[in-house]
Amino acid sequence: MRHRTWGERCIDIANVLLLGFIALAMLAPFWYVAAVSFASYKEFLQRDIVWFPKEWVLSAYEYIFASESFVRSVGVTVLVTVIGTAVNLACTSTFAYTLSRPVIGQRVMLVLVLFTLLFSAGMIPTYLIVKETGLLNSIWALILPIAINPFNLIVMRQFFVGMPGELHEAAVMDGANELKVFWNIMLPLSKPSLAAFALFYAVMHWNNYFTGILYLNEPEKWPIQVILRQMIVVGEAQTALGSGHILLEHAPPAETVQMAAIIVATVPILVVYPFLQKHFAKGVMLGSVKG
Amino acid sequence: MSMLDPRSRSSPAIRKTASASRLGRFRARLWQDRHLLLLGLPGIAYFLIYRYVPMAGLYMAFIDYSPFQGIAGSEWAGWKHFARIFEDPEIVQVLWNTLSISFLQIAFAFPVPIVLALMLNELRSQIYKRIVQSVIYLPHFLSWVVVIGICIIFLKGNGVVNELLKQWFGLAQPIPFLTDPGYFKPLVILQVIWKEAGWGTILFLAALAGVNPQLYEAAIMDGAGRFRQIWHITLPAIRSTIVVLLILRLGHVMDAGYEQIFLLLNPFNMEIGNILDTYVFFKGIGQSDYSFATAVGLFKGAVGLVLVLSANALAKKLGGDGVF
Repeated sequence: MRHRTWGERCIDIANVLLLGFIALAMLAPFWYVAAVSFASYKEFLQRDIVWFPKEWVLSAYEYIFASESFVRSVGVTVLVTVIGTAVNLACTSTFAYTLSRPVIGQRVMLVLVLFTLLFSAGMIPTYLIVKETGLLNSIWALILPIAINPFNLIVMRQFFVGMPGELHEAAVMDGANELKVFWNIMLPLSKPSLAAFALFYAVMHWNNYFTGILYLNEPEKWPIQVILRQMIVVGEAQTALGSGHILLEHAPPAETVQMAAIIVATVPILVVYPFLQKHFAKGVMLGSVKG
Repeated sequence: MSMLDPRSRSSPAIRKTASASRLGRFRARLWQDRHLLLLGLPGIAYFLIYRYVPMAGLYMAFIDYSPFQGIAGSEWAGWKHFARIFEDPEIVQVLWNTLSISFLQIAFAFPVPIVLALMLNELRSQIYKRIVQSVIYLPHFLSWVVVIGICIIFLKGNGVVNELLKQWFGLAQPIPFLTDPGYFKPLVILQVIWKEAGWGTILFLAALAGVNPQLYEAAIMDGAGRFRQIWHITLPAIRSTIVVLLILRLGHVMDAGYEQIFLLLNPFNMEIGNILDTYVFFKGIGQSDYSFATAVGLFKGAVGLVLVLSANALAKKLGGDGVF
């Protein structure tokens, strides 16, 4: 390899520095929020900007976790995420397998699934169906209307189509029907890819706020993202945390409470992020395969 | 068919048996595939109930639907609601907002991942590259509520940004980033860049991973500097990816990102920030003007369908693969 010229070296250094700066700009806001959420009342009032609290305290966290409605919203979100992801995986994998076999009506079903990627009825007709099926104000409204992501369905079908045909033939020779082939052979073989889909579906549920606003009128059923919106965007902490709670003596400043809530809503994402990262390059590649 | 038709005189019996046997074959096939159909049943039910029944519900756009009278009892309205779309100055404004936000995103947010991917591709240290990637992908996984919550905390009157401006430049009045409509669109674009630019590099980096390193060696032999290598080797390698993604984005100009915009809207910026999707929400859910909101949604969906299909055809024509 020949020596780099002085000019090229400068470009390299500038590139390294600039990318480092961009990465910092991505992290800094988040770091700041975390830092302030741990700052004490006194420090928060005395210093305008806190990048590193001198003293780390948990009072903001103690405060929000003492709020019944906040804790309930975390519970709702955990419940929706766990049940929702299970429903997503069950519906997506079974239908994907059916669509991967030469089943009666396969072409029609594929065309109808693909069409939903291009066109949807829109918010109002879907809202009315959710209402008609009795899901309004139920956490199932956050699960059933998004039970299958058509794009994921197509990618998973592609995965089953790519399985060697001999596997299927051998199992049928041994007298297995399609249910057994799916359960005993295809499902165990697709565990790694199911794990990837599970992560993406789980993140979708955890971060979902709009369906909550659309379908849930009762604050007791709100997931954490809707509570967070109520606290920060709408600026009504009393409906989010409970009106009695807001009047507590020694309540920490609203800002540190908001930031603690942001951190609580984000930590699960940070926890699964390393696992997500392992999968997503692969997932995106799979996605670029034509359906 | 008339009984006087000579062809039909002897055929009913034959046709009957033919159709009976076709029905028989169909039944046999259903029975043969029963396990697969049973397995697919939840999925089929989902698509029917939550994807296709709502499409039948688009009928509401053509009647004056009232929840009390039900769909059958409501009066036929024809194209009335669609005509209103083009007469109501409010919707013309909303349409303009949607398109202008979309095109601003294409102009300013679309190129950022390309530049980032090129910069990442020039890094020599693979470890450093991986660290930077890990950090810049992260915001994609944060929810819009969190992103906009952080943004509000930073930009409000006594937020960090205004405090810093006060300390450094002695600003007397805080800048009303969140309430002055002039800041609305730049804010939307910057948030999209912050959240999605890193994630957007993935497809470009994947295309770049496939470039034969010998091309660069040959170019160096020929005396090409860094920028000429980028211009003649790296950029051509991702050109088709850029074209396909750009065309697809153009197919989605009617979508300006309602999850984000809904959170940013307030009475101050409603006029210039309200987009089609949020408008449908406020009209339909907020004011229960179901039929009109459905018509606006259908209008948006139909235009979107035509745009995506033409965009795809265009991508194919330009030598790309298209998506469908």
